[in-house]
Amino acid sequence: MIKAILIFNNHGKPRLIRFYQYFAEDMQQQIIRETFHLVSKRDDNVCNFLEGGSLIGGSDYKLIYRHYATLYFVFCVDSSESELGILDLIQVFVETLDKCFENVCELDLIFHMDKVHCILQEVVMGGMVLETNMNEIVAQVEMQNRMEKSEGGLSAAPARAVSAVKNMNLPEMPRNINIGDINIKVPSLSPF
Amino acid sequence: MSPSVRLQEMIRVIRSARTQGEERGVIQRECAAIRAQFRQGDNGSRSHNLAKLLYVHMLGYPAHFGQMECVRLIASPRYNEKRIGYLGAMMLLDEKQDASLLITNSIKNDLSHSSQYVQSLALCTLACMGSAEMCRDLAPEIERLLRASNSYIKKKAALCAVHIVRKVPELGELFTPSARSLLSEKNHGVLHGAVVLITELCERNLDTLDQCRKAVPELVQIMKGLVMSGYSPEHNVAGISDPFLQVRILRLLRILGRNNDTASDAMNDLLAQVATNTDSSKTAGSAVLYETVLTIMDIKSESGLRVLAVNILGRFLLNNDRNIRYVSMTSLQKIVQTDHNAVQRHRGTIVDCLKDQDASVQRRALELSLALVSAVNIRSLMKELLLFLSSCPLELRANTTSGIFLAADRYAPSQRWHIDTILHVLTTAGGDVRDETVPNLIQLITTASDLHSYTVHKLYRALVADIQQQSLVQVACWCIGEYGDLLMKGECEETEPVQVTEDDVLDALETVLQSHMSSPATRAFALTATMKLSTRITNNVDRIRSIVSIYGSCIDVELQQRAVEYNALFKKYDHMRAAVLERMPVIDKNSPGHINGDFTAGVKESELVKVKQVEADRPQETNQACDLLGLLGDSDQPWQPSPAQPTTAPSSASTNMGGDLLDLLGGLDPIPAPAVTVYEKNGLSIKLQCDKKMDTGVTVTFTASNSSDNDISSFTLQVAVPKSVQLQMKAPSGDVIPAQGAGHVIQTVLLNNPNKVNLKMRVRVQYSKQGSVCQDMLQIDSLPTPALQ
Repeated sequence: MIKAILIFNNHGKPRLIRFYQYFAEDMQQQIIRETFHLVSKRDDNVCNFLEGGSLIGGSDYKLIYRHYATLYFVFCVDSSESELGILDLIQVFVETLDKCFENVCELDLIFHMDKVHCILQEVVMGGMVLETNMNEIVAQVEMQNRMEKSEGGLSAAPARAVSAVKNMNLPEMPRNINIGDINIKVPSLSPF
Repeated sequence: MSPSVRLQEMIRVIRSARTQGEERGVIQRECAAIRAQFRQGDNGSRSHNLAKLLYVHMLGYPAHFGQMECVRLIASPRYNEKRIGYLGAMMLLDEKQDASLLITNSIKNDLSHSSQYVQSLALCTLACMGSAEMCRDLAPEIERLLRASNSYIKKKAALCAVHIVRKVPELGELFTPSARSLLSEKNHGVLHGAVVLITELCERNLDTLDQCRKAVPELVQIMKGLVMSGYSPEHNVAGISDPFLQVRILRLLRILGRNNDTASDAMNDLLAQVATNTDSSKTAGSAVLYETVLTIMDIKSESGLRVLAVNILGRFLLNNDRNIRYVSMTSLQKIVQTDHNAVQRHRGTIVDCLKDQDASVQRRALELSLALVSAVNIRSLMKELLLFLSSCPLELRANTTSGIFLAADRYAPSQRWHIDTILHVLTTAGGDVRDETVPNLIQLITTASDLHSYTVHKLYRALVADIQQQSLVQVACWCIGEYGDLLMKGECEETEPVQVTEDDVLDALETVLQSHMSSPATRAFALTATMKLSTRITNNVDRIRSIVSIYGSCIDVELQQRAVEYNALFKKYDHMRAAVLERMPVIDKNSPGHINGDFTAGVKESELVKVKQVEADRPQETNQACDLLGLLGDSDQPWQPSPAQPTTAPSSASTNMGGDLLDLLGGLDPIPAPAVTVYEKNGLSIKLQCDKKMDTGVTVTFTASNSSDNDISSFTLQVAVPKSVQLQMKAPSGDVIPAQGAGHVIQTVLLNNPNKVNLKMRVRVQYSKQGSVCQDMLQIDSLPTPALQ
């Protein structure tokens, strides 16, 4: 079981945290700090598995992490998960983020935290691996985004009206409208 | 308008804060605004506000006031709001909060929603934070969804069922049939979920395990399909077709094939196929191979297959990728118990990994090396381990030292090697050893009787070089105290003898005593050692005496007590000193003097003090026996606490001595003389009884009883004796003698007759009866006891 997924940057600032076991808020922050402390000490050419933290789960759990440019992706798992498998899963997750955000960078994660959560929900559910096929995940996320947009509903109507007016090409309107015996002279309006 | 816009504005503002304090201010303002808006029930921006709150929560600020808002949002009909509401529920709520119960109904409704995405939100939330009650309520719904036609929902329902089974194991039976039928799905996501669910059910319930064994052929078929299929673009990860599913299936096969021959047979071919065909150049392939190896080792596979598996692991060990080396060592650890010889072949590589820079790899290599120690390779392996100890990271030191001690204990080829090893460890890492090392080492040294002079020479050298490592110093002091004479004789076969004088040795011990680096226990060791040397050296006894008397006023109570006792040993008990301080006998490993548990050495010394009572009587030489009786009879000097000498008598011997003592005493007990009535008047009768306890002393007991009808009160006896006799009156038992012989008063009188004159007594009796006072006198000319003669 995956106990927690943490993403933080090189200075330890959290970019995404997801705990699959309940911890009080200050415990959560302590875990983030401890994990950052352990992971940042590691050299770049050592293995990606860490043992020895004491806060989550005790001796049964390991930290499996990957370092991409400015971000650390850390998965805290217990012994029932395959270590190399989780390593691959992190890769799949990052590639999915890349596809959804188009060349994802740290700022994307910062400003679209809710979207990242939704993507993560398609990959890991309740601490268990749900889907590992990148295309499938991306397809589902796309569907959900579309649903969200279409649900704009009433509140989107003013926006639609505004965009419709903006798209109108006023200079092309006829100067004289002759319908039957009605003559309307259209004043010239400046485009806006 | 998506909720992200306003969220992004807030994030921008927070990021532009330059200090922590500024950030806190910004966040507090935002939270206050959010709280106000929650209270207003502003419909349009509820989801935005919750999104902002979740961001703030991630940064570590309190967000509990958003919990009710989550509940409200979940109940909303709009997808946007539901989405954020469920996310909030997963982040902020948990089963301990009351608000979580409120969403049960919403989840129930959403599970039957027309849109699959709403259903999936509900499933996800239930799987993350569903409490036991929620799970019980909603389990039938989940079971229904397992049989739905939509594979997106099915896979989510399967994992949700896993969560339910973890929370409420009894519901497992509900899901078993549907789980089995899911195995015939084509969709890999659903298959994956189904395999996880079946794994969970089998791990919890043995009946389910038996039932699912029938599914082994089906699983084998699926695996074959995955392995043999050509390139499939959708499931491909680095050339392997869906390695995640393969790994899961292999794990399930492991559980099903354990301890079961038929199932294992069905899997053998498949495992051989996977092991040979999988390309292990990438991580994905290695993951599958690693899982295959573990499965082969766990089930009842044929020996050829096992050899293949261990070879694969050996190949992994030589891989350049550290991850793979780490993983292979983890798997070797799991099989080292069962296939010890196979793993032994790779010992060289494992020992090389001890020198790796990576701390995780070192840790694995250490555990594996300790598991591989055997009588054959103990010497070479110990060399490597000692080398590792001198350079290992701090967090591994304690494990290493205790591992080394255990290994040395089990497989030491010779006592000298054993002692050398322990000394080496103490010099390198003395601060990280466990407390019971010191008594264990001392016990070891006493058993190695022919190595005493070698040991004491080595320890003396180590002591002179460095007095920082407390355990080493303690053992050294003890040895010098015990075997100091061997040290000063200056002859030793196994090692270069040192030429020391008595002054040098005492100097060394004094340095330990006075150093501020020595712990109190160490100083106690040193003081005792100094004391012991007083019988082993000839010239400097005065120096020892002065050291001991200085510490009689030490601030440390333990040291002070010892010093005072040793002082007493010098002054009053000088005749016993040699006997008390002589060589200790060999300590038996499980005797009461030997500590097996976690006691410090200091406790060992004081524990022996408890045995002192009997030891004080244990005469080493025969001329002590007479003194013993003198001790017993002499009321001025009864059991003076003998100094806490570290002589452990094997307790059986001391109890025997104690028994003998009592027998001696028993021989002296006189036959009690009969009681004689000396006075009888008005119903009052006084009886007299004599006990001769010793040569010159007599104990006289007066017993007064009343046979009349009236009570006697204020009864007193006064006794006069000849001048040379000493008299001691003990307190009477009372002064009221009840009527009709219902009770009596007993008065004891001790007489000491050193001149052995004829014992005569005059007794005056005074009492009041019926209001009148009576007085009488009686003369006793001879005491009725044969022992007087």
